[in-house]
Amino acid sequence: MKAIKHTGLVIFLIGLLIFTASIFTGNFSLTQTEVDNFIAEKGYKSEIIKTELSKAVVGKELNIFEFSSNVRNAFDTSNKHYDDLIAKYDAEKNWDAKGQQYQYKIYGKPHTLSYNLAKKAGSGFIKENAGLMWFLTFGLGIIGALLFIIPNLILLGQPGIKNNGIYLESPTNKGLIAWLVLIFLVSFYLVLYFMPDYIVNWTYILDPISKALNGGEASQWFVYGFLYCVIMLVMGVRMYIKYRHNKYQIIRTTSVLFFQIVFAFLIPEIMTSLNMPGYDFKNAFPLDYDFFFEWNLDSLRNSGGIGLFILVWGIVLTLIIVPVMVYFFGKRWYCSWVCGCGGLAETLGDPYRQHSDKSLNAWKLERWLIHSVLVFSLVMTLVTLYCYFTGAESFIGIKSQWIKDTYSFLIGAWFAGVIGTGFYPIFGNRVWCRFGCPLAAYLGLVQRFKSRFRITTNGGQCISCGNCSTYCEQGIDVRAYAQKGENIVRSSCVGCGICSAVCPRGVLKLENGPEKGRINPTDILLGNDVDLMKLVNEK
Amino acid sequence: MEHVVIIGNGISGVTAARHIRKLSDKKITIVSAETDFFFSRTALMYVYMGHMKFEHTQPYEPWFWKKNNINLKKGYVSEINTDKKELFFAEGDTLSYDKLIIATGSKPNKFGWPGQDLDGVMGMYHKQDLENLEKYAPDNTTCKRAVIVGGGLIGIELAEMLHSRNIPVTFLVRESSFWNGVLPAQESAMINREIIENHIDLRLGVNLKEIKSDNNGQVKSVVIAETGEEIECNVVGLTTGVSPNIDFIKDADIETGRGVKVNRYLETNIKDVYAIGDCAEQHEAIGQRRPIEAVWYTGRMMGETVAQTICGNKIEYKPGHWFNSAKFIDIEYQTYGWVWAQPKENEARFYWEHESGKKCIHINYDKKTHEFIGINNFGIRMRHEFFDKILTEKRSVEYVLEHLADANFDPEFYKLHEPEIVAKFNKENNTNIQLKKKSWKRIFSA
Repeated sequence: MKAIKHTGLVIFLIGLLIFTASIFTGNFSLTQTEVDNFIAEKGYKSEIIKTELSKAVVGKELNIFEFSSNVRNAFDTSNKHYDDLIAKYDAEKNWDAKGQQYQYKIYGKPHTLSYNLAKKAGSGFIKENAGLMWFLTFGLGIIGALLFIIPNLILLGQPGIKNNGIYLESPTNKGLIAWLVLIFLVSFYLVLYFMPDYIVNWTYILDPISKALNGGEASQWFVYGFLYCVIMLVMGVRMYIKYRHNKYQIIRTTSVLFFQIVFAFLIPEIMTSLNMPGYDFKNAFPLDYDFFFEWNLDSLRNSGGIGLFILVWGIVLTLIIVPVMVYFFGKRWYCSWVCGCGGLAETLGDPYRQHSDKSLNAWKLERWLIHSVLVFSLVMTLVTLYCYFTGAESFIGIKSQWIKDTYSFLIGAWFAGVIGTGFYPIFGNRVWCRFGCPLAAYLGLVQRFKSRFRITTNGGQCISCGNCSTYCEQGIDVRAYAQKGENIVRSSCVGCGICSAVCPRGVLKLENGPEKGRINPTDILLGNDVDLMKLVNEK
Repeated sequence: MEHVVIIGNGISGVTAARHIRKLSDKKITIVSAETDFFFSRTALMYVYMGHMKFEHTQPYEPWFWKKNNINLKKGYVSEINTDKKELFFAEGDTLSYDKLIIATGSKPNKFGWPGQDLDGVMGMYHKQDLENLEKYAPDNTTCKRAVIVGGGLIGIELAEMLHSRNIPVTFLVRESSFWNGVLPAQESAMINREIIENHIDLRLGVNLKEIKSDNNGQVKSVVIAETGEEIECNVVGLTTGVSPNIDFIKDADIETGRGVKVNRYLETNIKDVYAIGDCAEQHEAIGQRRPIEAVWYTGRMMGETVAQTICGNKIEYKPGHWFNSAKFIDIEYQTYGWVWAQPKENEARFYWEHESGKKCIHINYDKKTHEFIGINNFGIRMRHEFFDKILTEKRSVEYVLEHLADANFDPEFYKLHEPEIVAKFNKENNTNIQLKKKSWKRIFSA
């Protein structure tokens, strides 16, 4: 069994290596016609971009990094040319000439411009052998990971909580391997968000699948979505095996897998293929922070009935469905049953759940941060909507474009992606959900003040062992409540149910019940002198 | 300001300190020789198994003590002078007190076996035992086999610990079946099976004769008394129960038996000296309880109670209905009320076991009145509040079965066995009990 496991690990690493190395392969060049068509298609007015781009990429054999650098330089040169002219006319106070120059400037993120060209420019083994490459990367990765995971059915022994060795092994105890995984994940997110042209080769691998699903070629976001689903599925198998004695975990895992694969991935792809706006029906504002951005509102308004439906659904989801469901079931219905971020945290992130910081200071930081992000997202949306309906560029002194860009960059990319997932191996799997997610903050407020959900503490049975606190991914010091005989009612609890699973004495149970008695502070625990309990607890 | 000194930073002493702080602004000092901070002794096993780090076993962050103005002193009390109200430390210093709480817990029993002090022989009680185990049994190349002597709760935990690192374990149990002095035969047999299924070499009905040494004063093997068989091993775990850790007061005027003798107010024979937790021995047993109860929960209850007395609200120690819990490798166990290993004359039993052989319940009730006396549940979680109320209200076994759905505390979506359980009872007793649907109203009416 161990041999199978080790073989699996080697196969997985080979797949990962090929996947990573594939970035560095292929030739990138364009013909003059292709460049011309591209410029025409984009409607660039710059008179020198054609020369510059032709010089940069036509008839050359470049790797992606050279290609990217050349293209970005070409755009730079073109923009600089007009910037110089602007400066010149500015100095000459020739306002007309100065004003005319702006139309020649080319806006957009350099790496995105480069990505768009690179997508057309690539050739080589990967592009020509997408199927084989899929097998060598995704295929080997999946086979290897499953070979590594499935022997646990036997190696873990009888069904039950088997956290043996978690704090003795490097990958799960912040050792060298954990740091290597962190570096890999952070690099992945940095490239994905900020340098998509570097991973254009990955999109070739998935072009055939993308075409089959939505009729178009794969983008870096398609790669991300597909990878996300694959990782969740494989790590979901790990969850099924690890928690096979615990039906709550089995059903919950099935639920997050279903919502990720069907709602977040398949339905939007199919909608796109039907010329509808691709929409993830479970992605609620304000987690879906660009729902009220102009481009989205315009796109929905221009999509007829379905667009209108999505608009209404999105608003109803946030304002009615979300809080009503939280009232009945707690925020878990979303955070650990439906949400994609939660889904990744509960599958890929499960081996790292113990790293969340349980200190009181971390809790204070959490409350400040997450509610700040909620306010940030609401202010941003308010500004955006005001500007959208009035046509103004700013509101209460905040520029609409600036606040959207800032939020997208700081919260959307850095907090949710780079830090939220990249830091799994060191800070635990719910950094984003705990400290950053504005939707979680909103759900949390409802859960704390108006909900039937609680984690019931079973009388006086707690032995303060600390397993619940250790394995709480949200950094809740569960034991602090359990050892006082108190129910756990915390805004951050996502109801993953692991505290209840790891409790060796059957003390914790997630349940939805009457609001009365949900919060039950006690000083003297059940089991002691009845008179004393009454005397002290009723004070 | 009155100075309350507590010797021992376990659950009893710390609970007492917390409650005294809540009730008063007395000066409080907790003395311990074992660790700087309070930790959960019951969780030591998880540190060795790699489920947690030692710091995770500490329920309070280090700032807690200062914030609550509870002084912590590390030191070993070697002598108490109750006339001068003074403690003498092995380190040479002294500390005076106005009120003293002795909460020094237990120490593992040793019965004078030859070789019981060799290197590699250990109990599993103190933090130092954990460090010892880490030293002598870090993996299965250093420790090729371990032998555990004594079939109780700590014994099976130690077996599970070693098993988690793939160290072969031989488990010597004096009784004819695991823990059958406490568990009825059926449950005991279930745990025997659980031990064997985990590839632990369980030897029932055997005693240790001696532990043999190698040339370096380290364990080499053990010899079984009955068969004379010699088993080679590198580690021997002695888990044959615990007794009060009170050697340091043998010379004081404080009355001791096996433990520190206390009355129902947890007072010793010396004024202003109290004893709580594992080390306290009641003059007369309370109800069906033993005079010394080395249980987490009772230690905590004594701490809660003695704090009241010390703060002027003199109150008797009156533990409520008995309850306890444990985990036998993968099988969780809870008990509410009394289920003796052997039924008493007035008692009848109802036993149900799941076909998997890993879940069961065992109910004890009065033959004549059918009053519910107690339940053992294995592999099924039950609500403490439910049974506490049942026992207080002296409900019948029929009532319990009827409301079994209210009692269940398993995680959501777990398969519920109540219909099967009730059907079995009905069949055996010719009754027609109808299982009621779970009612939140009843559950939360408590």
